[in-house]
Amino acid sequence: MRRIAITVNGAREELEVEPRQLLVYALREQLGLTGTNIGCDTSSCGACTVHLDGQSVKSCTVLAVQADGREVTTIEGLASDGALHPMQQAFRDNHALQCGYCTPGMIMAATSFLEEHPSPSEDEIRHGLEGNLCRCTGYHNIVKAVQAVAGAGV
Amino acid sequence: MATVERPAKFVGTSQLRKEDPELVTGQGGYVDNITLPGMLWVGIVRSPFAHARIGSIDVSKALELEGIVAAYTGADLEFAAPLVMAWPINAEVKNPPHHPLTKDKARYVGDPVAVVVAESRAIAKDALELVEVDWEPLPAVTDIKAALEPGAPIVHEEFGTNDAGSWIMERDSPAPRRGPSAPFFEDPDLVKIKEEYYLARLIPNAMEPRGVVVDPNVAMGEYTVITATQIPHILRTTLAITCGIPEAKLRVIAPDVGGGFGSKLEAYPEDAICLALAQKLNRPVKWIEERSENYVATLHGREMVQEIELAATREGDLKAVRVNLKASMGAYMRLITPGIPMLGAWLYHGCYECEGYDFQYTNVFTNATFTDAYRGAGRPEATYAIERAMDALARELEMDPVELRRRNFIATDKFPNYTIASGLTVDSADYHGTLDKCLEVLDYEGIRAEQRSRRERGERKLLGVGFSTWIEMCGLAPSRVLAALNYIAGGWDAATIEFMPTGTVRVLTGVSPHGQGSATAFAQVVADQLGLDYDDIDVLHGDTGMVPFGMDTYGSRGVSVGGVALFKAGEKIIAKARTLAAHELECAETDLEFEHGNFTVKGTDRTANIKALGFNSWTAHNLPEGMEPGLTATHLYDPPNFSWPNGAHCCVVEVDQDTGAVEIVRYIAVDDCGVQLNPMLVQGQVHGGVAQGIAEALYEEAIYDEEGNLTTGTMTNYLVPGAPEIPSFEIHDRVTPSPTNPLGVKGIGEAGTIAAPPAVINSVVDALAHLGVRNIERPATAERVWRAIQEAQA
Repeated sequence: MRRIAITVNGAREELEVEPRQLLVYALREQLGLTGTNIGCDTSSCGACTVHLDGQSVKSCTVLAVQADGREVTTIEGLASDGALHPMQQAFRDNHALQCGYCTPGMIMAATSFLEEHPSPSEDEIRHGLEGNLCRCTGYHNIVKAVQAVAGAGV
Repeated sequence: MATVERPAKFVGTSQLRKEDPELVTGQGGYVDNITLPGMLWVGIVRSPFAHARIGSIDVSKALELEGIVAAYTGADLEFAAPLVMAWPINAEVKNPPHHPLTKDKARYVGDPVAVVVAESRAIAKDALELVEVDWEPLPAVTDIKAALEPGAPIVHEEFGTNDAGSWIMERDSPAPRRGPSAPFFEDPDLVKIKEEYYLARLIPNAMEPRGVVVDPNVAMGEYTVITATQIPHILRTTLAITCGIPEAKLRVIAPDVGGGFGSKLEAYPEDAICLALAQKLNRPVKWIEERSENYVATLHGREMVQEIELAATREGDLKAVRVNLKASMGAYMRLITPGIPMLGAWLYHGCYECEGYDFQYTNVFTNATFTDAYRGAGRPEATYAIERAMDALARELEMDPVELRRRNFIATDKFPNYTIASGLTVDSADYHGTLDKCLEVLDYEGIRAEQRSRRERGERKLLGVGFSTWIEMCGLAPSRVLAALNYIAGGWDAATIEFMPTGTVRVLTGVSPHGQGSATAFAQVVADQLGLDYDDIDVLHGDTGMVPFGMDTYGSRGVSVGGVALFKAGEKIIAKARTLAAHELECAETDLEFEHGNFTVKGTDRTANIKALGFNSWTAHNLPEGMEPGLTATHLYDPPNFSWPNGAHCCVVEVDQDTGAVEIVRYIAVDDCGVQLNPMLVQGQVHGGVAQGIAEALYEEAIYDEEGNLTTGTMTNYLVPGAPEIPSFEIHDRVTPSPTNPLGVKGIGEAGTIAAPPAVINSVVDALAHLGVRNIERPATAERVWRAIQEAQA
């Protein structure tokens, strides 16, 4: 077992983890942050996307020990002062989710993408989100939601 | 009493979803988020062979692992009965016992043979590696036609064949068809075509894999099963039978469920195994499916070989359709496996007139994962065959495919309630209207001109345009029809409306949505009907402990069965409230008008608001003689007919002749699902359905090798499309209200998956038709398209 410290959604957390423990399981099962979902076992679907030091990563491809001393933001840490993050609001306003399972990962990927590409074209949005799969929406409204946030200049 | 101010109408507006605030903030309650005190983890030992006799199973090494609690084989985990199969289509059907843990042999890669139970997820996973099975591998067969050859490996030896029985319309359909097809195929003056299509096997890939938590109440002998399912009510019944626990002791909860598409419309081995383990160990247990496990353990869809023949006059009048299918069951009959092809039986002549019609299918066992309902179930298969064949007929007759369709559409003035050639009665439609709208949006002439111009200029990127004028039967289903089809349950649904003392209203529905947004749409219906605030209405579902009766969500039935049940419950509420209002206002019931939640004595300002009546009904201080307290009502609604949505879809593609790569340039959908409760939700259903249909046409295919190994066993080699592979959609509608129900609604959940595959493949073939290409098997991968071009030119 290894002792690690991660800052998760602004709070310092100390954990004992097995060296093989994936970050996603540390978040879900040790810290109770179940908003980050698991959709595959091949790093294909992106449901488990979180921010690690501000960059989006698939938390099933990161060992918990690799996050030692670093900052993690999950979907639970995105809203502030009781108000939805603009991307969360845009997903709701544009009906960019149905079953909601891919949604936390999709929102985390989209916010990270927009930070790197503040004024993306539709094509850039689609390619920027290619690591996140959705089976319900056909992506149409997800693209619209990201465009809405980009257009609002947030 | 003051009148309540409220918007004029919620129905027909795109209300934002009630479901979303939790889901966008990571507060969704999916089954894997549940942890109970003392909970154990379950792992399933699965067969690595497609077909193998089980010599012995040794769990002793697994039991030595620290943290392991138990391990069982099929021989020592007992069940009261095999898993339930609910659709024995006729006396011919072969229904081998499907034990949750197979006892004698494994019949597909992934067949459960043993189970381990441990204190943690990781220990359970480690223990799986330590279970030793003495396998005797047998030859396997996964191809439909090969499975019917003499000498093929037999999946279930007791039958001596892999032929699992046939269903023949002439013999088995309760609805007489217009006439036999044979005379038309013997008529020398008619043009005939015969097409054969292979529909690839598909893996549903709901984003949430399956999972089950069972919480036993040892003292009471009660069990709560929390499972990622579309069908908590049906599952309660099947688990009661398989595990021998009466329904009164079983509570099945579908929590937030991360997509279904049919893959969670099932009575799975794992549900029964986890219930049996909780019973045996008296501790909560949890099983969560991994994605690679999902690829073999969760139902597959669609695999079939289709033969479709059309007979038509030289002028293009369709006269007869004859269809013969061979459908893969996989290794077992699951909940409704043998009936899936039948769900398309009446639709293989599409929305066209014809005189002669014959349809039959044969079910075939193979050493592959069992198949069952996948989004559309039977209807995408039918639509694919007829819409592809109509294009083939158009080419044969050298007619424009649009003109051929128009010529044969059932005329709009035949409705309402027209009995189509296959024998069922379609309630309403305007096929010309939807196609006209589609062509208007498309600029058909312009596209054809551009297509010709590219061909003439010798451009390497060719343009193709394909149509799918689709029809389906959904809103499953009238119970009497189900009886005639040998389905062993009903097709009704239930709804309850309860006025709470503080003025909120609780709605219970027997349907079990898992992404559709039914809670939003249903609240809109109730808000309008009873004159309530949308925010005061809570719609609850998916818990048999709270909603005792229901038939759950599948077959585009949520709104057209569950929604109508709710509206009927609302009528009962109004009737009771009217009686109470007349009592309070001291007038005759007939003197009362009900509008915006207020009962008003005609011609006066004396009024009683329904919320106040709800409260007064609860206090019961002053009720009319004989009236029961409480403003609540339940209605169980059995639909008198199926629901008959339809539409016209068009796909425009660019095909690169040099690489075979297909790019969708435009996708237009004009759908008619009757009255739309919430257009935003309707469009969302179409988007997702079309994307799945495009995936089916261009990307997805489950492939088994000769030994029966699934070679597309992970998300890295089974191509679920991402955002770059899917185009933006152009979504339009027509509204032909259904005369069958008071809401005027039809279903929309499966429309896209039904419509899209033939539109896409027709467009690809259209792009290459001048080169001599006539067919491309789906998925139309770049390699397949390139090969088709080479073969046509050879």
